[in-house]
Amino acid sequence: MSRTLRLGRSRVGIELRQFFRDRESAVFNFALPMVLLVIFGSVFANQDMGASGVTFAQYFLAGMIASGVLYTSFQNLAIAIPMEREDGTLKRLQGTPMPKASYFIGKIGMVFVAYIAQVIVLLLVGVLFFHINLPSTTTQWFTFVWVSVLGLISCTLLGIAYSVVPRNGKGASALVAPVVLILQFTSGVFFIFTQLPQWMQTFASLFPLKWLTQAMRSVFLPDTAQALEATGTWELGKCALVLAIWTVVGFVLALRVFRWTPRGAG
Amino acid sequence: MSAISVVNLTKRYGDHQALDGISFEVADGECVALLGPNGAGKTTATEILEGYRHADSGEARVLGVDPQHGDLVWRARLGIVLQTSRDLGDLTVREAVRHFARYYPSPRDPDEVIASVGLTEKAHDRNDKLSGGQRRRLDVALGVIGRPDVLFLDEPTTGFDPEARREFWELIDALKAEGTTILLTTHYLEEAEHLAERVAVIASGRIIACDAPSKLGGRNSGQAIVSWVEGGDERSERTDSPTRLVNELATRFPGEIPDLTVRRPTLEDTYLTLLGEHADNERNEAQS
Repeated sequence: MSRTLRLGRSRVGIELRQFFRDRESAVFNFALPMVLLVIFGSVFANQDMGASGVTFAQYFLAGMIASGVLYTSFQNLAIAIPMEREDGTLKRLQGTPMPKASYFIGKIGMVFVAYIAQVIVLLLVGVLFFHINLPSTTTQWFTFVWVSVLGLISCTLLGIAYSVVPRNGKGASALVAPVVLILQFTSGVFFIFTQLPQWMQTFASLFPLKWLTQAMRSVFLPDTAQALEATGTWELGKCALVLAIWTVVGFVLALRVFRWTPRGAG
Repeated sequence: MSAISVVNLTKRYGDHQALDGISFEVADGECVALLGPNGAGKTTATEILEGYRHADSGEARVLGVDPQHGDLVWRARLGIVLQTSRDLGDLTVREAVRHFARYYPSPRDPDEVIASVGLTEKAHDRNDKLSGGQRRRLDVALGVIGRPDVLFLDEPTTGFDPEARREFWELIDALKAEGTTILLTTHYLEEAEHLAERVAVIASGRIIACDAPSKLGGRNSGQAIVSWVEGGDERSERTDSPTRLVNELATRFPGEIPDLTVRRPTLEDTYLTLLGEHADNERNEAQS
């Protein structure tokens, strides 16, 4: 076991080096969220937010940080793993005495570090351009940590499972990015959730992102903003429950469907 | 005990019989080369031994273990150089070799391995900046970093210039001197002749000949080709008794026989003859 962990740590280092040196992941994970934050935050700066006492930029920042969970775990892995399956990474690793668990430890570690880096970037933009106040209470920071961790774990497992969907590395982005985009549109990232059509709200409630954005709002917005929520409360308990269910689903799916080899090789 | 043994291995992909019952052994410390045209089954056989593919029937053993059930301790004794790869592009040569060294219980020194494949000057370059031949040398470095007992080399020198190929042979000679067992597939007959103690020729999923390179297909006892120049014309003759012919020629010319050569068929001649005969047999079987 200690060997698995030691090599897992070593994998984290290798994964991070590759992640931060790869142009595509830099664009998807850092540049794009930053640019989106600036554009949406500026365009909708004057949107009427009722009596909530918050600006749209604040609302949107919470949504982008929740999206960051999805970007760095689900989107990142569901694109990277098919590429690794195609370019020989997985085949080469299979031929070595590296325990397979170490590979997944490496991925999880990389996801966590990438997420932290992305959150720092988004908060910097938020504070510098939109005068966003950082959470002031320990409760809020505690919520931030558990929501992030549970969100990253469930979405990492889902990303590992979803990595079998793209048939090859080249087409992976096209099959993954739209899933994230649709969830963002329907989950209250780009628009105020309660202003979306009811069917869209119902649809989004089945998936993790809606609950992640709502929980992140509880962290980054004042309690007066609960007025903007469908039930008038943050519903953190329900958020934890939905994320926990997706963690179990993700775990079972990842175990059952993950492949080291491309389809058709055997 | 043989390091590698294969008995009656078969493998079918749809309509294509990739392996049609092959058997061979590689003794401890021996180097055996698998030769054959593309699609003959070389890579399929190798990948079954590496544990990547399941055979349909037959028995495979590497270091006494069925590759389908090899654990990580067994894996640590193998070195694998696969055919092609494009991975590790964002790392440098040195980062990749040092990282893979950690997977093994008693690895070689990464910098020495990098030097032995001639990549010292490229050690700090990103792998995606390497040329095809340099990339291949990285693959070889990663294959030998774990100090393997059994090394699989699948077309290791594709894209090498002649000098790099010579250097690669020296590296393999050094590994052989340490007692490493090697299973090599290659398209370069010279390479097989230089490195392998025995050569197995595979065609249509079967081994059609297996022997020392110097004896393959009766090469050592086959007809010799004597050629010389007479009256401005190039002449050559196939003969079972080259000595008699040369003696005869010696009496026809006052001094040296112009441009005299006596040669046995090269490994390439023999290989092509074997494949030609095999194709004829297949055609005859199909007709009857």
